[in-house]
Amino acid sequence: MDVVMLSRLQFAAATMFHFLFVPLTLGLSLLLAIMETRYAKTGDKTWLRMTQFFGKLFLINVALGVVTGITLEFQFGTNWSRYSEYVGDIFGSLLAIEATAAFFLESTFIGIWIFGWKKLSARAHAGVMWLIAFAGSLSSVWILIANAWMQHPVGYTIRNGRAELTDFVAIITQKYALLEMTHMLSAAYMYSAFVVMGISAYHLLKRQEVDLFTRAFRLALILGTISTAVVTLSGDMHGVNVTENQPAKLAAMESHWETSTRAPSFLLAIPDQKNEKNLIEIGRIPGLLSLLGKHDINAEIIGLNDIPKDERPPVLITSLAFRTMVSSATLMIFLMIWAFVKRNKLLEHPRLLMAMVCAIPLPLITIEAGWVLSEVGRQPWIVYGLMKTSQAASPVASSQVLGSLIGFVVVYGLLGFVGFWLMIKHAKNGPAPVSSTL
Amino acid sequence: MVLQSTWFFLWGLLWAIFFITDGFDFGVGTLYPFLGKSDTDKRTMIAAIGPLWDGNEVWLITAGGVTFAAFPKVYGVMFSTLYTPLMLILFALIIRGVSFEFRDQIVSPVWTRVWDTAIFVGSVTPALLFGVAFSNIFMGIPFNGDGVFEGNLFTLLNPYALAGGTLFVLLFTLHGALWLCIKTQGDLQKRTIKAAHTLWPILLVVAVTFLGASWFATDLYGNYIAQPVLFSIIAITVAALLGIRYFIHKEAWFKAWFASCATIFGATFFGIAGLFPTLFPSSLDAAFSLSAFNASSSTLTLKIMLGVVLIFIPVVIAYQIWAYSVFSHKVTEEDFYIH
Ligand code: HDD
Ligand code: HEM
Ligand code: HEM
Repeated sequence: MDVVMLSRLQFAAATMFHFLFVPLTLGLSLLLAIMETRYAKTGDKTWLRMTQFFGKLFLINVALGVVTGITLEFQFGTNWSRYSEYVGDIFGSLLAIEATAAFFLESTFIGIWIFGWKKLSARAHAGVMWLIAFAGSLSSVWILIANAWMQHPVGYTIRNGRAELTDFVAIITQKYALLEMTHMLSAAYMYSAFVVMGISAYHLLKRQEVDLFTRAFRLALILGTISTAVVTLSGDMHGVNVTENQPAKLAAMESHWETSTRAPSFLLAIPDQKNEKNLIEIGRIPGLLSLLGKHDINAEIIGLNDIPKDERPPVLITSLAFRTMVSSATLMIFLMIWAFVKRNKLLEHPRLLMAMVCAIPLPLITIEAGWVLSEVGRQPWIVYGLMKTSQAASPVASSQVLGSLIGFVVVYGLLGFVGFWLMIKHAKNGPAPVSSTL
Repeated sequence: MVLQSTWFFLWGLLWAIFFITDGFDFGVGTLYPFLGKSDTDKRTMIAAIGPLWDGNEVWLITAGGVTFAAFPKVYGVMFSTLYTPLMLILFALIIRGVSFEFRDQIVSPVWTRVWDTAIFVGSVTPALLFGVAFSNIFMGIPFNGDGVFEGNLFTLLNPYALAGGTLFVLLFTLHGALWLCIKTQGDLQKRTIKAAHTLWPILLVVAVTFLGASWFATDLYGNYIAQPVLFSIIAITVAALLGIRYFIHKEAWFKAWFASCATIFGATFFGIAGLFPTLFPSSLDAAFSLSAFNASSSTLTLKIMLGVVLIFIPVVIAYQIWAYSVFSHKVTEEDFYIH
C-alpha cells in the first residue's frame, strides 16, 4: 500500500478511536456538574455518591480521550505535512487556539477535580466540574470549526502557493461550522444521556440503589430528550447543507446515480461503484431524497453520473454509514419517547429498562457512522474543492507509516480493551457503600 | 520582520515552558522504579505529579500547535522528518498517561507491575528523544528543498544527539528529584535527597561536555560570536546550575527547584539564541533551511495569533500557578487518588 492509503487508514483509526471517548467526556461532564451542584446546594449525600460513581467512569474515559488526542494533532505534521504547509495559516491557528483557550483549562481543572476533594469546598469543587464541562465543549467548538473549514473552505485566498487567511470571522461563523457544532455536541450529550440511563436501568432492574439510580435516570432523561430533538432537527439541516455544498457526498450517501427530479430514497440499496448502478434496491420511496435534500418533493438532485469519476467518494462506505446513522437514530428516537412517557413508573417497566441497557452502544455506533459518512464522503478532497487527499501526505517512507499504523492498532487495541473492561466492571459494581464516601 | 522574530522567540518560550513543567513529571517517572520501594512510596510519587502532569503536557500540544499556526512549513517538515522519534514519543506519552489512571484500578501484583513499568518507560523515553530531536535540530537535519528527509533513524542517533538525549534525561531527572524533595517527607525524601546529590555532578559533567561538543558539532556559536552579549545566557545557565547545588546543600528545596527551572530555561534558550532566525536548519544546504522569515504564516495570521497568545497564555499561567499552589504541600495518604 502507498503512503497516502496507509496514512488515511492510520488517521481514520486514530480519530475514530479518539471519538470512542470524547463524546462521553463532553456530555458526562455536564451531567456531573449538575449532580455535584445539587449536592453542594442540598448536602444530600446521594448526589455526592452519584457524582463519585459516574465521576470514576468519567475519569477512566478522559484518560483515554486525552492520550489519544495528542496523536491526532501530531499526525497533521507527521503524516499530512503537505496539507499542513498548504493550510497551516488557517487550520493551524484554529488548532493552536483550541489548545490555548480550551485544553489548558480542561486538563488543569481535571487534575484539580481528581485530587482536590479535600482541598476545595463542595461548591468550588462543583464549580471546577462546570469549568471542565465548559472547556470540553469549547475545545470541540474549535476543532469542529477546523473540520468545517476542510469541508467547506471560506475566508481564504490562494497566495504564495497556499491558502492564506483573509477573513477570520467568516471562518468561525460559517453555517457549516455552526451546524457541525449543534449536531455534534447534541449527539455527544445524547450519547452521555444514554450511558447514564442505561447504567441506571441496569441497577434498577436489579433493584439496587433505587433512589440514586431513579434520580440519575431522570436527570439524564431531561438532557437526552432535549438533545435527541436537537440532533434530529440539525441532522435534517445538515442534509440540506450537504445538498447545497457537497452534491457528490449527498449522491453517495443515497447511492443516487442519475440526476433526476422527484428523486427517490431506498430503505436499502447496495451500490456497485464500478458499474455505476445499484445492485440491490429495496423499498423505493419516490421524492424522499428531493424532500430531504431540498425540502421540496419535486426538486432536482444531481446524480453521481454527473460528477467526474475522479471526484466521487467511495459510494458503498458512505451510503452504509448514512444508513447506519439514520436507522439507529430512528430507533433511539423511539426509545427516548418510550422512556419519556414512562419516566414516573420506571420500575414497573422492566422491558424498557432492559432496552435502555442494550441501547448503550447505539449512539456511539451512530456517532462513528456519522463521522465516517462525513469524512469518507468528502473524499477525494482533503479540503473540499481545493486540495486532494492524494496530494496531502508527507514524503515519508511507507514502511515508517506501516510501522506506526501497526503500533497504533496494537496499543490502541489493548488500551481500548482494558479501558472498556474497566468501565464496564465499574459500572456493574455500582456506587461505593455509604461509609466509604468522603 | 519584527512580527516573525517575536514569534520565533515565543516558539522557543513555549518549548522552554513545556520542558520546565512536564520535565519534572518525566523526572519523577524516571526515578519512580529507583526510589519507589514500597507501594506507599510509589503512590506518593504519583500523587506528587498526579494533579499537574496533564496540564503540563498541554504545553507540548500548544508548542506543537503554535509551530503549526505560525510556521506551517516548519511544522510539516519538522514532524515528518522526525517521524519515527516523534511516534515513539507519542506512544510513550500515551502509555504514561493511562498508567496513572489505570494502575490502582485493580489490586493485583502483575497488573501493578505492568503499569509501573509503563510509567518508567513512558517518562524516560520522551525525555531522551526530545533531547535527541533538539540536538539534531541544532546540528541540522539532512532534508532537501522538497522537505524530504534523506537520512534514517540511525542518522538521528549520532553521538552528539545521544549526548543531548542524556543531558535532557539528567536535567529532567534532577528536576523531578527536586520536586519530590518539596513534596515528600521521611525516608522517601531522604533517598530522594541522596539521589539529587548523586545526579548533580553527573549532570554538570554532561552539561559541560555538551556545551563544548556544540562548538564542534553545530553552528550555534555563530550568533554568539557575532553578538557576544549572548554569552550571558550561558553564564546565567551555568550560574543556575551551580545554584542548584548550593540550594541542595542548604536544603532549600523550593529554591533549588526554581534554580533547576532556570537551568532548563537557559539550556533551551542557549539553543534558541544560537539557531535564530533558523527554526529548522538543513545540513544538506543552507538554502533549504527553514527560518522565521521564509517559513512563517501570513501577517494576518501571525497578528491574530499574537493577540490570542498574549491574552490566553498569561491567563493560563495564572490558573496553573493557582493549581500549583493548591498542591504545593507535602503529600500524605489523604492525597492519594481515591477510588
Ligand atoms: C447520536 C448521534 C447522531 C444521531 C442520532 C444523528 N446523527 Fe447525523 N451525525 C452525527 C451523529 C448523529 C455525527 C457523528 O456527530 C456527525 C458527523 C459530523 C457531524 O457534524 O456530525 C453526523 C453527520 C451527519 C451528516 C453529514 C454532515 C456532513 O458531512 O457535513 C448528515 C447529513 C446527518 N448527520 C444527518 C442526520 C440525520 C438526518 C439524523 C436524524 C435522523 C441524524 N443525522 C442523527
Ligand atoms: C473535527 C476534527 C476532524 C478533522 C480536522 C479531521 C481531519 C481528517 C483528515 C486530515 C483526514 C485524512 C485525510 C483524508 O482522508 O481526507 C481525515 C480522514 C478521516 N477521518 Fe477525520 N477529522 C476530524 C474528525 C473526525 C472524527 C471525529 C472521525 C470519526 C470518529 C473522523 C473519521 C475519519 C475517517 C474515517 C477518515 C478516513 C477517510 C478516508 O480516508 O477515506 N474524523 N479526517
Ligand atoms: C482530528 C482532529 C482532532 C485533534 C487534532 C484533537 C486533538 C486533541 C488533543 C491534543 C487532546 C488532548 C488534550 C488534553 O491533553 O487535554 C484532545 C482531547 C479532547 N478532544 Fe480532541 N482532537 C480532535 C478531534 C476532536 C473532536 C472532533 C472533538 C469534539 C467534537 C474533540 C474533543 C475533545 C475533547 C472534549 C477532549 C478532552 C479529552 C476527552 O474528551 O477525553 N476532539 N483532542
